[in-house]
Amino acid sequence: MSNLFEIKGLKSEIEGKEILKGFDLTIKAGEVHAIMGPNGTGKSTLASSIMGHPKYEVTEGQVFLNGEDVLEMGVDERALAGLFLAMQYPSEITGVTNADFLRSAINARRGEGNEISLIKFVRQMEGKMKELEMNPEFMHRYLNEGFSGGEKKRNEILQMMLLEPKLVILDEIDSGLDIDALKIVAAGVNAMRSEERSFLIITHYQRLLNYIKPDHVHVMMQGRIVRSGGPELAERLEAEGYEWIKEELGIVDETVGQA
Amino acid sequence: MSTPTASFGREAASGIARSKNEPAWLVAWRENAGELASKLELPKPEKTPIQRWPLDVYGTDRPGAKVESASQLPEALAKLLPAEAGGALIVQHNSSVVFTHLSEDLKAKGVVLTSLEEAARSHEALLRQHLMTAYTPDEHKLAALHAALWNGGVFLYVPRGVEIEEPVQALLFADDAQATFVPHVLVIAEANSRVTVVENAATAIGEAAAGFVLNGAVEVFAKAGSQVRYAAVHSLETSAIDISYRRAILDQDARIEWIVGELQDGNILSDTRSILKGNGSTSDAKIITVGNGKQRMSLTTGAVHFGLSTESDMITRAVMKEEGTAVINGVTKIEKGATRANGQQTEKVLMLSPKARGDANPILLIDEDDVKAGHAASVGQVNAEQVHYLMSRGISKTQAERLIIYGFLDPVVSEIPLESVREQLQRILERKLG
Repeated sequence: MSNLFEIKGLKSEIEGKEILKGFDLTIKAGEVHAIMGPNGTGKSTLASSIMGHPKYEVTEGQVFLNGEDVLEMGVDERALAGLFLAMQYPSEITGVTNADFLRSAINARRGEGNEISLIKFVRQMEGKMKELEMNPEFMHRYLNEGFSGGEKKRNEILQMMLLEPKLVILDEIDSGLDIDALKIVAAGVNAMRSEERSFLIITHYQRLLNYIKPDHVHVMMQGRIVRSGGPELAERLEAEGYEWIKEELGIVDETVGQA
Repeated sequence: MSTPTASFGREAASGIARSKNEPAWLVAWRENAGELASKLELPKPEKTPIQRWPLDVYGTDRPGAKVESASQLPEALAKLLPAEAGGALIVQHNSSVVFTHLSEDLKAKGVVLTSLEEAARSHEALLRQHLMTAYTPDEHKLAALHAALWNGGVFLYVPRGVEIEEPVQALLFADDAQATFVPHVLVIAEANSRVTVVENAATAIGEAAAGFVLNGAVEVFAKAGSQVRYAAVHSLETSAIDISYRRAILDQDARIEWIVGELQDGNILSDTRSILKGNGSTSDAKIITVGNGKQRMSLTTGAVHFGLSTESDMITRAVMKEEGTAVINGVTKIEKGATRANGQQTEKVLMLSPKARGDANPILLIDEDDVKAGHAASVGQVNAEQVHYLMSRGISKTQAERLIIYGFLDPVVSEIPLESVREQLQRILERKLG
């Protein structure tokens, strides 16, 4: 299996505070990796920095997707190259319907002159919404406006399903979901698993990993990976918490950049 | 030909009315208005020095050529006509109404659609009872001038209980820079009637024309339990100044919806106001504008609550580009005794250029305790977080900003009741937003 995604020595800061302090990770095609860790250890900074959020400044390192450094690309180019981040807090945009937004995103991939026909698009969108048990009305609602927390998360997964990215980062996709919604979201993700597609799942809790089986589990503290293992690592964290790792590594404060 | 307003007075008003052979009552009414015009001051909209605008012109009476069918209208005008033939259409071309169509079905129900000039003869009593009682000639000089000079005009009467499904369309168009263009739209909706009016005002006088003023007014009288939806799209050229006063007086349980696109390229003074007189009456106003070039605009929405349990909601959204300047006022007034009234307003300005200016002024004047009132105003740029979100899905920055800007205006655009007008509005937006 080839290295689909590689993060090398990534350092990133927000408002002058360094959060990522040399982050390394390699993901092979088809693998599912989970990153776990307590609050404030840099997990969301990792996701945002890879996607190119304007608030985060990458000061060192590289991020390769299929051998191309995505940090050299604009945010839209990263997405077109196959990167997808399901965000923890998706934006609400008045006046832009979910359908118009997704069609624009699909057409951006297809290019001018090759736009998806309206009928085909609607059929696709309706089909995926059904899989996610979303109310068909959400197609014509303004993007995320007035959506509940759980609805926003489903809408993120809907976008993932329609845009068919190569590397999917799920940032706390399980937060705010009840168990039924969690199962639906997990089923959506599992349906997308393939030899060519990889996943990086960021979560506090092992709960999600009961439904999406990871190949590798990493623990993040102080802005870097401090421990890696298989699914059994997540189970031990669920049972025993993070203290034992801190003790083993002599870490007193696992957080980073906290005021 | 233009004449300074300083010299405009009783005589001038009288002369025009007589030359048009208007009925005696109207001649006398015009004379009074002329008198007022010579005495009154210009209105003083907040932070907009309109005394420096070239308003002292009133043109001459230049009636358009009457036509027998819509297909005979001049090309520039015909372009604005909807593809779908509606049941009710009236067209003002320069200083007069040149075409009116009202289906037999609506006529049989007692609906009246004529020029206001015609109505001054055919419906004198109704006119004298209503004309310029919501927007009175003594408000200020522009109101008095409007009263003295209104021409062509629209008179729509909807009898008690009659519900008109298809929108009534009014097309107000000027292509003669010398013409007096002072349309007045008067809508009387009797008890429990329902009607939608779509007004479309445009010019083709050329960008080089100097000193052209549309001094227009709309008055809606919504009687008990009636529902009136009034949509207006204005797209005058840079060389034209647009003065538009819109007023509605609502009786018990009546409802008005204003949906207005102020998409002119020249200066604008607009004032859209609902007087909630009857208990339980409601008003909903939605206004959008796009300012570009060196445009200056003063846009006011207002709601005055007299009745018990009256409700008003006002939304103005402005996108400001280049060196456009907008002052946006929202005035919610709740009078003593209007218990359980609820007045809400929102003004939002999206700034796309460092040289553009936008000013949002929410004003709440409350003289009663047992009421609800709220306001929200914001002036800001395109939200970077939103742009990032769209770009993270592969949408280019340009396209992302475009989606957000159009989206900002969509809550009004999507409410325009007539598809052809909505499409026209989209075309104007494309042009103005570039």
